Amino acid sequence: MTLARPVAVPAANPMLPVPLRIHAGRRELADTFTVELEPPEEGGFPFRPGQFNMLYVFGVGEVPISISGDPARPDTLIHTVRAVGAVTERMRGLKPGDTIGVRGPFGSAWPVAEAEGDDLVFVAGGLGLAPLRPAIYHALRNRGRYGRVFVLYGARTPGDILYRRELERWRGRFDMEVAVTVDRADPSWAGNVGVVTKLVDRARFDPLHTTAFVCGPEIMMRYAVAELEKRGVAGDAVHVSMERNMKCAVGFCGHCQWGPAFICKDGPVFRYADIAAIFNIREL
Amino acid sequence: MVRVDTLERTIEEHPFFQGIDAPLRALLVGCAANERFEAGGFLFREGGAADKFYLIRSGCVAIELNAPGRPPLVVETVDDGQILGWSWLVAPYRWSFDARATALTRAVSFDGKCLRGKMEADHRLGYELLRRFVPVMGDRLAAARLQMLDLYGPDGKGKA
Repeated sequence: MTLARPVAVPAANPMLPVPLRIHAGRRELADTFTVELEPPEEGGFPFRPGQFNMLYVFGVGEVPISISGDPARPDTLIHTVRAVGAVTERMRGLKPGDTIGVRGPFGSAWPVAEAEGDDLVFVAGGLGLAPLRPAIYHALRNRGRYGRVFVLYGARTPGDILYRRELERWRGRFDMEVAVTVDRADPSWAGNVGVVTKLVDRARFDPLHTTAFVCGPEIMMRYAVAELEKRGVAGDAVHVSMERNMKCAVGFCGHCQWGPAFICKDGPVFRYADIAAIFNIREL
Repeated sequence: MVRVDTLERTIEEHPFFQGIDAPLRALLVGCAANERFEAGGFLFREGGAADKFYLIRSGCVAIELNAPGRPPLVVETVDDGQILGWSWLVAPYRWSFDARATALTRAVSFDGKCLRGKMEADHRLGYELLRRFVPVMGDRLAAARLQMLDLYGPDGKGKA
């Protein structure tokens, strides 16, 4: 049975999932896949770069997943997911025409408007490129509003590079710089080997007029922020995307409490200067 | 034939040597030489005498670790403007890794044995070099530790 495309506006009731049909799906990496959902016909699915949705696999459970599509195209809703548990494993098995329940969009966003006029430095590690991609799309769509644009990306091995074709396409542009590094490789890899923070040191941005967006495993973010600070980028110009155990997504349940903040409603994107005091406290 | 004044300018302009005064720079130049490595060529091999360090002017060098029965594992790459090699500072002065050019690479090499002698004779040179090499060693050690964590694996809580 196929469902008619819903016309409900997402997040009208933040606790009520809207069933959206899978339009397409593709394998990205061995354990990572992308699903494209058909948003409601009326109004599409507007979101801001950095926000996330709660995706519900009916009868299995719900997971928070960042939106990784183009915010200027609300007619497509794209999520890139790593299959690591019961819900995401089942989600990987879904096919075009199947439906997923969607609540969202939730959370704070990368401040792309505030960054206008600055050089932009995107530092991503592993799957951290997915939540950053909407902001990169925005920057490229509005290229004239920004200074130099750098995408610095680190992956485990050459076979773990997410959105590889897209990175190669971006790398071919004259108006942005893309640097990729991997943690380990065999000699057939002709690119960089080393940690992603090493790329920060080499990027020729103006630290006094730079906004940095950082997303990846928390340890990587700590080192990336330290490297950006070492280069002279102020803490209020650095933004990080945090991850905790988000359940309700609206600040009711408290699962994702992080010090005085709830990641789901106060984050996931935080200005580093605002969280610097708790960023390195492991007990939180 | 590369002129000595070209070497001196390269050393003078490189951030690694920034702040070293002219007499000490002259000592460094006396131990320096330009070298060129074709892609695939080795700058040094594991176990060999660590008698040099390199300032990479252009190109790319892969630091590799070899294990029997499997391809070499590239643990790091070093490219334009970076410093390569600090085993020349630490007894018994043997390389712990292979270094292989992955592209045509031009470098200034510094004779470690010559420099060790000059550092012994002039502790000011020793101090100036060590205070520059310690951060390089510290950064590489921190980077190696990060790489060991396998941050981006399924247990690394990657985003999305």
